Amino acid sequence: MPQPLLAARGLVTGYKEPVLGPLSFSIGPGEVVGLWGANGCGKSTLLRAIANKARIFMGDLEQKPGLTLAWQIQQPVRLDEMPLNGHDYLRYAKAGREPPPARMIPWLDQRLDTLSGGQFQLLAVWAILGGWADLVLLDEPTNNLDPEGQQTLAEILKTEQDTRAVLLTSHERSFMEQACDRVIEIE
Amino acid sequence: MMSWDPLFAVPFVSGLLIAAALSTVGALLRLRNEWLAALGFAHLAGASALIGLAVHVPAVFGATFGAAVGAIIKTLGRFRGNTVYALMILAGWSVTLLVAANTPLGSVLGHAMVEGQLYFAGVSHLTAAGMLAAATVAGLYWLMPIVIRNRFFPGHDAANRVPAWRWLLAFDLLTALSMAVATATVGLMAAFALVFVPPWLAFRLAANWKQALLISLGFATNGYVAAFLLALWLDQPFGPVLVALLLIIASIMHAGSRRVDHP
Repeated sequence: MPQPLLAARGLVTGYKEPVLGPLSFSIGPGEVVGLWGANGCGKSTLLRAIANKARIFMGDLEQKPGLTLAWQIQQPVRLDEMPLNGHDYLRYAKAGREPPPARMIPWLDQRLDTLSGGQFQLLAVWAILGGWADLVLLDEPTNNLDPEGQQTLAEILKTEQDTRAVLLTSHERSFMEQACDRVIEIE
Repeated sequence: MMSWDPLFAVPFVSGLLIAAALSTVGALLRLRNEWLAALGFAHLAGASALIGLAVHVPAVFGATFGAAVGAIIKTLGRFRGNTVYALMILAGWSVTLLVAANTPLGSVLGHAMVEGQLYFAGVSHLTAAGMLAAATVAGLYWLMPIVIRNRFFPGHDAANRVPAWRWLLAFDLLTALSMAVATATVGLMAAFALVFVPPWLAFRLAANWKQALLISLGFATNGYVAAFLLALWLDQPFGPVLVALLLIIASIMHAGSRRVDHP
């Protein structure tokens, strides 16, 4: 069995006070893993802890040596004025791992502030998924996505992830079951 | 009506280099929603330049020192948002007027700092402007991708345990240097206009980032040249002429441009 990219043992995490845990799990290369739980149960806090933005109170969070991370926050940064087009956005995100899905190609010549909420969300998720990180953290990537957008995202996630892994949260259970190899339930 | 004199060559080139540098730094400041930083650093630069002049230190060195200290305090103090810049503006304004009122140099130099004294720029100003232009080209080649990436994908550095303070400090120092050299050469408000107005228009008109930089650069440098000649021709102070010209042209183009719809 290959070495996990990430392994949590008895992890308790939060901010001033613990929010989540104890929790134990591991993520291996090539896996797409979903985090499921009620609103406020600490799914985003767990992603933030992995990204060094939340406090670990107890337990271990072990990363494979040299692991690189990419983290998409729950609301991707969208400015009122964005004089960048899709090509600019993906270039500065270093999303050159593979060409974007065909559905996104027409959006690449548009300014980001002219895209619809769903188009921008999908492009923002691809900016992360199209990069070279070993472990990708996606916080509610289905926000603003219509059913067609969710289908596109699920198809992207179901394609071969090679040696990298994806850990995501979503409030869309059907999407999660469609897109993920397994789901971790948080109580 | 004043006419062109070869002695104007040094001030002209100094200001042109400054206009080019400020328009580019300004685009990044606007993207980071930190354009007020420019006014904050300019006020600190003005105050410290005046203190320097009171003890016979050239304005361009005094200005750079004060603005650089502000940049270091801002970065290491981990201030976020525009509050720190508002404090810089207030502190700079207060110190400038107090120094002007209590030194033999009096209000003449304080007035010159605010209004600008471009036509009296000498070799030290030209040298500083040249260094600023070189620092902007070299610094932005390294900094621009990092600044933009961190603007749109915050948390990337923290997730990978990459210390962000190095590039933050470098960008703040570049901004401070830009505003210090500009304030000591073209004056406080002219410097702020060059860093604020061209990106404001460019962000409205550009179809992509490269265009935004080019529009900002083109508008700043052409506006500068026009203001330089106009101020000479009409025998008016350069700073107010530049600010008025940039505002009038940008407002007309801004109003006449297409409105971007935000879904």
